[in-house]
Amino acid sequence: MLEVLIIKIVLAAIVLFAVLNLAGLHTWVERKQSALIQDRIGANRATIFGFRMLGMFHGVADVLKMFTKEDIVPRGADRSLHTLAPFFSVFFALVTFAAIPFGDRLILGDRVIDLQIANIDAALLYVFAMLSLGVYGVILAGFASRNNYAILGGLRATAQMISYEIALGIAIIGVVMVYQTMDLSELVRAQGRLLGGWLPLWGIVTQPVAFFVFLTAALAETKRLPFDLPEGESEIVGYFVEYSGMKFGMFFLADFLETIVVAALATTLFFGGWQVPYLMPDGFHFPWGAVLAVPNWLYVLLGVASFSVKGLAFCFLFMQLRWTLPRFRYDQLMGLSWKGLFPIAVANVVVTAVVLVFLGKAPR
Amino acid sequence: MTVGTEGTVGTGGAGGAGRPAARSVKVVRRPELTFWEKLYVPQIICGLKITTSHFFRNLFLHIAHRLGLRRYLRAGVTIQYPEELRPLMSRYRSRHRLTVREDGTPRCVGCMLCETVCPARCITIVPGEHPDPHVEKYPVRFNIDLGVCVYCGYCVEVCPEDAIRMDTGILDLSAYSREAMRLDIHELMDPKLRKPLETCSLDFPHQCALHQGSMKGSWKPLQPGTRPATG
Repeated sequence: MLEVLIIKIVLAAIVLFAVLNLAGLHTWVERKQSALIQDRIGANRATIFGFRMLGMFHGVADVLKMFTKEDIVPRGADRSLHTLAPFFSVFFALVTFAAIPFGDRLILGDRVIDLQIANIDAALLYVFAMLSLGVYGVILAGFASRNNYAILGGLRATAQMISYEIALGIAIIGVVMVYQTMDLSELVRAQGRLLGGWLPLWGIVTQPVAFFVFLTAALAETKRLPFDLPEGESEIVGYFVEYSGMKFGMFFLADFLETIVVAALATTLFFGGWQVPYLMPDGFHFPWGAVLAVPNWLYVLLGVASFSVKGLAFCFLFMQLRWTLPRFRYDQLMGLSWKGLFPIAVANVVVTAVVLVFLGKAPR
Repeated sequence: MTVGTEGTVGTGGAGGAGRPAARSVKVVRRPELTFWEKLYVPQIICGLKITTSHFFRNLFLHIAHRLGLRRYLRAGVTIQYPEELRPLMSRYRSRHRLTVREDGTPRCVGCMLCETVCPARCITIVPGEHPDPHVEKYPVRFNIDLGVCVYCGYCVEVCPEDAIRMDTGILDLSAYSREAMRLDIHELMDPKLRKPLETCSLDFPHQCALHQGSMKGSWKPLQPGTRPATG
């Protein structure tokens, strides 16, 4: 029992370390990637002992600044809720990672370790529950600030997130129907099958429409451009106007964390998670018949690497989209969700169901 | 153009009173989105293509620059100011300087034309007698108050001796006091000098601001016989 506990703690530490560092790096990536896109150089002035490290220390400098800034709670605001709101945001973004498998079973001696912090059999439900709870941080921030603009921002955020969650959830139903499991580990394992002996049966192959709906809705869930109406730091007043210092920083951190969650989810659901094409637990089985044996540790390592590469590619894509597209107008935002994504997602579910029945794959 | 009684816009007022003048209205049609554009996703991909091509081009160039390759291609339009200066046009009007003869005396002959033409009245000259009868005068004191100067360049235009120029390329003119904005003859003759000045660098007699405005220097080391002839 103690051993299991230690294993889980180590796994959680690894995941938290990776995810929090990645979120911190996102501030650097955001600056540098936008700079490269716009033919600029980007922040490069912070130095430690004369080393610039491509401007990476700006993130450190930001955090130091945030921590040393005065923490202001507006007069008449609900003190406890005002303090609690950013914690809610970050907490629910972080706990989501618990159910995401980042590698296949690792065999250490006679012990089999699932590379997943919590092996829940309804992991998908858990993940979406936690993602949805993230809206609490936002609405609480708006509500507790005792500022009309903040509460309007909070309401905007709530309406947006709830609208897109519906499209998101229905898009996922298609995936669940095809793979017939809610367990994310099983879902990833099911994506390892090959179609016609050569095409990996990833979610993008079986559910391309659901993938696009999921990507759009998930992008809206992260509250980043082109769906950043809840915040709109530079133009519209968002739900965190009354926040300063690290509490404000935590909202930003939550944004980056949600981006990573969504990237990890897109990888898990549609890009085969830790699957490497043609890599089975005992080695590569190429479609032309060649077999290359691979030891278990290398197999698991390749899986983790595959998961990381795919997730980072999605992070890159989201960042690229963020610097490509202009912000939606609010009615366009709502129209896209209710008139665009929602009907498409429902149609996708219906078509998937019909196809499954005709293929005889429907459960009886 | 006259406005007719019917409220229409006529041309030249030549139209008959009974019929409305011919109107020319340019209708600007908003471009309709095609079906392909309304799909939105292809257009997003087109946009992504642009940003991504910029991203990878600049990323490649930055890496190449680190390795010392392709230096002739810029990977960004940013000019990193204090280290890297924007190239100036050759006729750009920057901070003034007084041109210097070969013997280290100012070319200025104290004719007061620049002081007279200056619209901002920022130039103050005190002329003195020059030992060379061909030169007649020279500035004992030459001050320019940069806090007042409007950089019109008239002083350069008007100078008959090419004694004042605005070609130092110095742009970072800022100071904590009005006093520090005043340039005296030391700084004008040597644009490399910056306040606070410590030692007087001039030999010829001048009202030295470094010595509370008292006369310093002499023509002794610069006797007319030993100097190269000046036109």
